[in-house]
Amino acid sequence: VRDPLDETGDDQVERLRAGDEPAFSALVDELHGPLLRLARTFTRSQALAEDIVQETWIGVIRGIDRFEGRSSLRTWIFGILIRRARTLAARDARRRVGEAAASPPGLEWEPGAGKRGLWSRRPIPWGLDDPASVVEGEEALAIVAAAFENLPESQRQVVQLRDVEGLSATEVCNILGLSETNQRVLLHRGRAAVRNALDRAFREGERLRALGLAIGSAVLGLGGVG
Amino acid sequence: VTCIESIDRMDAALDGALPEEIRSGFHDHLGECPACRNYFEQLGLTVRALGRLAARPEANPGRAALLELFRRGRRNDPD
Repeated sequence: VRDPLDETGDDQVERLRAGDEPAFSALVDELHGPLLRLARTFTRSQALAEDIVQETWIGVIRGIDRFEGRSSLRTWIFGILIRRARTLAARDARRRVGEAAASPPGLEWEPGAGKRGLWSRRPIPWGLDDPASVVEGEEALAIVAAAFENLPESQRQVVQLRDVEGLSATEVCNILGLSETNQRVLLHRGRAAVRNALDRAFREGERLRALGLAIGSAVLGLGGVG
Repeated sequence: VTCIESIDRMDAALDGALPEEIRSGFHDHLGECPACRNYFEQLGLTVRALGRLAARPEANPGRAALLELFRRGRRNDPD
């Protein structure tokens, strides 16, 4: 499937084959972050993650002549990383654990679960004057980053490629070798877990503010006695 | 539309990929269900916040070595 966003793909491939160094360095700069983030989903070791990315680029340099353009260049490169990472990380003792861990607490969700069940815990507003501005703040970003890093490996990969890097569902299915349904379930579970982390933080923040208000009025009340 | 059905559709709705024929039923449900409305809004904010993780810079200590590999690799390409 050709990526409509990647219209310059053919030119780019031709330039890489011709040994065009600026084309290669531009590609490296564009994809280094996404590839490193993807590599990190396989290992806790930064050094190993960097090795995985480096090996991916070596695979690109060696394999560009054989690239057939059946997927976008980007999809092909992500796919190389997945194959290298699965090989390298499998050998590494520091491989992430927790894939077998239970799904995130809170909302359980199955596609097409239909009329079975309602909310186990009804979502309430986060009590923010401007929710968007808070989500864009550093505090929320740190919560999101931590929750994202704690996702089980397969959820983290889907969430990263879809929501962090902005790839399409089709691309992600191709890169990770997932069915459409699987991709959808992993994406929702991952998003739900990150949302739950924000929810806990904002509810806690609300509780503290309410507490502060209560203490404040108690103090005012005492002051008013005299 | 039940809550569970509406949750089923939220990810597609966030991606702007909700099929036309179920879009109005979905939004009708959000209109009458505060829990789903809150949840949908919060999922949307979550997705936006996740997008910001891409802006975090990643150092690339191997960049120069990689460009050198490319130079050599393409020059000595046996094909």
